[in-house]
Amino acid sequence: MKIEGKQRIWADYQKEIANDHYFYVRSCIRQNFFPASEVTFWKIIRDTLHKDIYENEHHTSCSGIGYHSDVVPFATTQAIVARQFALMTENGYKNLTSSCITSFGVYSEVLETWKHFPEELERTRDILYKASKREFDVPENVAHTSDLIFKFRNEINAQAKYRLVNAKTGEPLRGVEHIGCHYAKMFPSKGVGGAEHPYVLAGMIESWGGKVVDYPERRACCGFGFRQYFIQANRGYSVACTKRKFESMEPYKPDFILTNCPGCPYFLDRWQYVISEMEGKTYGENGYGIPVLTYEELAGLVLGFDPWDLGLQMHQVSVEPLLDKMGIAYDPAKKFLGVDNKNIGKPVCPNVMKI
Amino acid sequence: MNNFGFSINKDKSINMDEVSKELSNYLSAEEPTFDSCMSCGTCSATCSAGSFTKFSLRRINLLVLRGQLNEVKNEIDKCMLCGKCTLLCPRNVNTRGVIVAIKQYFDKNPLN
Repeated sequence: MKIEGKQRIWADYQKEIANDHYFYVRSCIRQNFFPASEVTFWKIIRDTLHKDIYENEHHTSCSGIGYHSDVVPFATTQAIVARQFALMTENGYKNLTSSCITSFGVYSEVLETWKHFPEELERTRDILYKASKREFDVPENVAHTSDLIFKFRNEINAQAKYRLVNAKTGEPLRGVEHIGCHYAKMFPSKGVGGAEHPYVLAGMIESWGGKVVDYPERRACCGFGFRQYFIQANRGYSVACTKRKFESMEPYKPDFILTNCPGCPYFLDRWQYVISEMEGKTYGENGYGIPVLTYEELAGLVLGFDPWDLGLQMHQVSVEPLLDKMGIAYDPAKKFLGVDNKNIGKPVCPNVMKI
Repeated sequence: MNNFGFSINKDKSINMDEVSKELSNYLSAEEPTFDSCMSCGTCSATCSAGSFTKFSLRRINLLVLRGQLNEVKNEIDKCMLCGKCTLLCPRNVNTRGVIVAIKQYFDKNPLN
């Protein structure tokens, strides 16, 4: 195929991402899992890239966890989403950016529903007005926060203090990427690269000097799901999914795993510890695990933020091997010192996996 | 080792590059009508043995293609060779011939 033909086809897989003025909606769980990621996103978008971003204290959960666990009906979810849009409209914003992949999927699903069933939109407007006297405009642009980092990846690269390159050998670091299922598997046109060729994380790795490594189970679920994790006895299904991914990526010796979903980094990180404790198996080099990062954490490292300000001490798998490869200076003594040098406590050392 | 209150489930994925194709190839040679099976399940729906056991020729076909020979061996003796499935098969698969060929294969190639 001619290059022009490839470029024309690839153009169909792109999505429009607003350039500025974002109404930000937080994730329910990210602040517990990787507490500094959302703060880092704000630092990058507002302070480093000087974009206008706003969030409102009245914003609530999108109901996604309840919706996907079959305890919140879709009509309720639509009304809750409409309320978020009302907050956006009341504050003069037209572009919505969501920190959570599940929320992004819920927003996409609701907007697609309204597109194909306008009567649902009218019913939701009616329900919201009766309940709260609020009115709303449908957002002009909805983007996941990883879309924004992807859009500005070259601007971030221009300000990079470190690159995804082995500081000793000069070789590109090998990254495997894992895209959250609700990013583009449900609505392929809503994601950069669609469902088959998602490029949102791969583009970041390539721009920042790394090498994206393909592996057979690249597009498989991280194992979170919802129902197979919430019930303790079912968690074996969750670990089995994650383990399959680790077994698949292990031969390619990745230096890190990059993710863009609240649940994926958590499960890819924590389950490495669980598998090591239950089966004595580790997947990284020399008895370590494979470091798992959110895209904000990786962008923060590239921009030279202190690893402990990025919250990397909250990871189960030690990130020090990656920091050493990138040549990042860090103080091990400050790893478990929080704000004002207050000791945040050191976790018990695992039995198998090195940290 | 730690007990977290659950166990890690065994992975049920099958790598088709690694499965045994011996029985599948044997059937293609000995009873080639089986290759035209479209897994409609008519044989299973009418199966006398299937009324009383979990025997299903459609499942046998899947197991053969997946190279799960132990499972095939455990299932195959449930067939009574009544031949109702042969009468009903829309693709004219000689289903009794398939069962006999599988039995012949295991006679020649006993599993360890």
